[in-house]
Amino acid sequence: MAMIRPFLGLATALAMALMLLGNSSVAMAAGIEIREFDDPVMEQRYRDLTGSMRCPLCENQAIDDSDAPISADMRQRVYVLLQDGRADIEIVDHMVQRFGEYILYNPRLENRTYLLWGTPIALTLAGLLLVVLMVRSRRNAAARALSPEERARLNDLINRKRPK
Amino acid sequence: MKRRLLLLLPLVGFLLLALFFYRGLALDPSHRDSALMARDFPAFDLATLEEPERRVDTSLLEGEVTLVNVWGEWCPACKQEMPQLLSLAEQGIRMVGINYRDTREKGLQFLDEFGNPFEVNIFDPEGDLGFELGVYGAPETFLVDRDGVIRYHHTGYISPTDVRDTILPEVEKWQ
Amino acid sequence: MLIKMIPEIGHFALIIALLLAAVQAVVPLAGAATRRPLWMAYGRPMAMGQFLFVLIAYACLTASYMLDDFSVANVANNSNSLLPWYYKFSAVWGNHEGSVLLWSLMLAGWACAVAVFSRDLPRDMVARVLGILGMVCMGFLLFILVTSNPFERLLLNIPQDGADLNPLLQDFGLVVHPPMLYMGYVGFSVVFAFAIAALLGGRLDAAWTRWARPWTNLAWAFLTVGIALGSWWAYYELGWGGWWFWDPVENASLLPWLSGTALIHSLAVTEKRGSFKSWTVLLAITTFSLSLMGTFLVRSGVLTSVHAFANDPARGFFILVLLAITVALSLLIFALRAPRVSQNVGFSWLSRDALLLINNILLVIMTVTVLLGTIYPLILDSLGLGKISVGPPYFNSLFVPLTVIMCVFMGLGPSSRWKRMSASALARKLWMSGVAALAIGILAPLVYGGSWNLWVSLGIVSALWIVLPMLRDMFDKTRNASSFFGGLRKLSLAYWGMVLGHLGVAVTIIGVTVVSNYTIERNVRMTPGETVEVAGYQFTMTKLGSRRGPNFLADTSTLQVQRGENGRSFTMNPEKRLYIATGMPMTQVALRPGLFRDLYVAMGEDLGDGSWAMRVQYKPFVRWLWLGALLMASGGIMAIADKRYRRLAGRRETQPGQIQTPSREATA
Repeated sequence: MAMIRPFLGLATALAMALMLLGNSSVAMAAGIEIREFDDPVMEQRYRDLTGSMRCPLCENQAIDDSDAPISADMRQRVYVLLQDGRADIEIVDHMVQRFGEYILYNPRLENRTYLLWGTPIALTLAGLLLVVLMVRSRRNAAARALSPEERARLNDLINRKRPK
Repeated sequence: MKRRLLLLLPLVGFLLLALFFYRGLALDPSHRDSALMARDFPAFDLATLEEPERRVDTSLLEGEVTLVNVWGEWCPACKQEMPQLLSLAEQGIRMVGINYRDTREKGLQFLDEFGNPFEVNIFDPEGDLGFELGVYGAPETFLVDRDGVIRYHHTGYISPTDVRDTILPEVEKWQ
Repeated sequence: MLIKMIPEIGHFALIIALLLAAVQAVVPLAGAATRRPLWMAYGRPMAMGQFLFVLIAYACLTASYMLDDFSVANVANNSNSLLPWYYKFSAVWGNHEGSVLLWSLMLAGWACAVAVFSRDLPRDMVARVLGILGMVCMGFLLFILVTSNPFERLLLNIPQDGADLNPLLQDFGLVVHPPMLYMGYVGFSVVFAFAIAALLGGRLDAAWTRWARPWTNLAWAFLTVGIALGSWWAYYELGWGGWWFWDPVENASLLPWLSGTALIHSLAVTEKRGSFKSWTVLLAITTFSLSLMGTFLVRSGVLTSVHAFANDPARGFFILVLLAITVALSLLIFALRAPRVSQNVGFSWLSRDALLLINNILLVIMTVTVLLGTIYPLILDSLGLGKISVGPPYFNSLFVPLTVIMCVFMGLGPSSRWKRMSASALARKLWMSGVAALAIGILAPLVYGGSWNLWVSLGIVSALWIVLPMLRDMFDKTRNASSFFGGLRKLSLAYWGMVLGHLGVAVTIIGVTVVSNYTIERNVRMTPGETVEVAGYQFTMTKLGSRRGPNFLADTSTLQVQRGENGRSFTMNPEKRLYIATGMPMTQVALRPGLFRDLYVAMGEDLGDGSWAMRVQYKPFVRWLWLGALLMASGGIMAIADKRYRRLAGRRETQPGQIQTPSREATA
């Protein structure tokens, strides 16, 4: 089987997954549906919801991009629940109850995901601290020795000291 | 010395990462437990494949450990696993089928051709029950205990090895 | 007779290349350690010879494809006699074995280029660099020969015809995208080798950074183009108009890009100011390590599950070992040899040094964020904590703010000076740009979209804040010249490279902002004769039909498109193909590209009553995404052409009349 397909892993993998599970006869029945929405806000909610749920069958696709039959079912369910007046959170819960946390592209904040969400924020704070510390220490260095000759001599000395 | 230790940090970080990668090699990223594990089999009220007039619901799955197999005529892997399912039925394990996203005609034809290990087949042409079960392809197999609680879930083709190594022990466990 | 033996010749050439790589890996390094010039001199001929033999192997595999030799398993699995010749040519790298061979060819090619273009470098430096590259080459050649031999024959049941190339890969995208991407990945091996060589030689001065900078820029430019091509390919090939999915495979290419971008900037600081020495070395190691890690993630099946069954677990393990040895060894050398004392080269809050420090920290945070999001599911899974997914919402919610912060500092960068500068002078220089960027950015969504939108404003302000101060800076620099254009000509190429690179970022940001917020998408039912209107364009279906391609059948449709009443009208022809050998259906999108908008029509499915479901999209400014990337890449290449490096290469100044002072601004 072809292995590289750098950015196309998803769609090919979908096809392969379908074959693996034996769905090949219904594979790639295109996921272009015609839906009517009463208002643009609801349409946007539909797009956001289907764009942030992962197709459970495919390799790595949101259900709004996916041609898998289960994605069509899930889109339909999201649509029906929206028309039914349910809130986004209810719709997400409804899906998670059936298909698991796995389908959420936006993982919920819980014990096992604290590090996922926390690390970038912690790093940003650490980075800020680092900048402050470094500049403060170097600003003093800048204030101390400024003349080019001194700088050259200093460099010379430092370079000589270092083991070759 | 302190700085030297600091310089070792990237190495330590990488080794940790490599350890995860190594463990990752042994994992199967496509294997997932059903979200319904240890929960009640979802409520349903559907006709059977064999008799359109007869309706069945969750009471069907109570009182006895049952293997529920989701299948369809359109699914080649379902055909391949039929011998294993037939042998499971022969060993006295109760089997119930869900004929998933199929037509009645094709479903019955399938059973004629490949044998019928199932006590009864639930007819689910629209995939409604499948959706409640979180089924995303066929075949999928659920083990339901005598209280109607889902205890084990198998995605995809069941090989003879799977029967021996996982299905039978699981059935035994919940008998 | 000889033709029948082509695969064996290729296989044999690979073995010879491995032997040469082994010599290249050992002898020059030993020579450098024991100061034996003869041993050191082994590096160059071995690198050239190795490249030659890998090239022979590669040519043999290509020949097997061209000649439809289906007795070669690789050809039988990935080609078909009906395949057009140019896809046979590119099908070589459309599979695991062939693509690793291409990777090795490029690796050998970069090493060979270093051998050719490093005549003026100290002997021991060249020996070490080539030795390290030889080691990396050796690892990959071993990998091919042990686990992924593309020349393996099918001894029984030689098929009449091949299984065909995956239809998704039968595209111009496959011809250009992987080679570019690989050139980038592999190219970072050079700066990696320079960094390790500098560590080994104990010469962590500015010299190695100056030698390594052109190579780094070149690799980075290739990677930039490669990523952009991948995005463009996915955009038109997959049929739903997305251009970035935060898929692990995409992230694997973004990681070395982010870290490589940080590296380019930190090389500049180290070369100009002699500071951040250890940091630059660490970034060089990290960037190449991330390239290798990407290979592992893509090929081992740890993240892309479906590949796992088609995959030999031995391969994943082999790459992991290769990765672990390379990275752990280099990080160990780093820990042992990096300078113990950090040199305090002074600078103040407002200085180019401080800004580049911030740039590096932000880029590293971005790298870590992408890495974490990509492998977090794997980490949880390997700890038995269940399966989760990390996708676009996560990445976007962290990446967008980080990018905005980055832009704030990017705006200051080009106008700043090394060491220190006065805040009031900077404020005097930039306040007008700032006000203009804010005003235009805040008004832009009102004018363009009719209602205010925070994200659009943020994007536009960020982009303008990059561009306007830079224009002002160029204006200041040319003010004293006799004429404006004369002044522009006097600016150094390195400066122009920086300008283009930053301009490219701004252009990409505008593209991302507009296309993300103003795309119009409609799924419609169409029958011949029917007209639908999307974004002011009338789409009229005029014809439905079918045709037979070389290896596929297609349903076709013709749409007449016109803007408004009197606009020029043109046709669009989306198709839905069924590839015969694989039975795979494919959507062939019809595209009407434009600088300010793309029209994008995909054929969905036959709805039965003579009508089809069609997806019509209006995608404004989508081209700017890739245009920006091209600008960035050309900036990187232009900086290489700066005369500092030409002097380094030992050539004469090309134009004696154009004498410049060494430019202070030539950085970044």
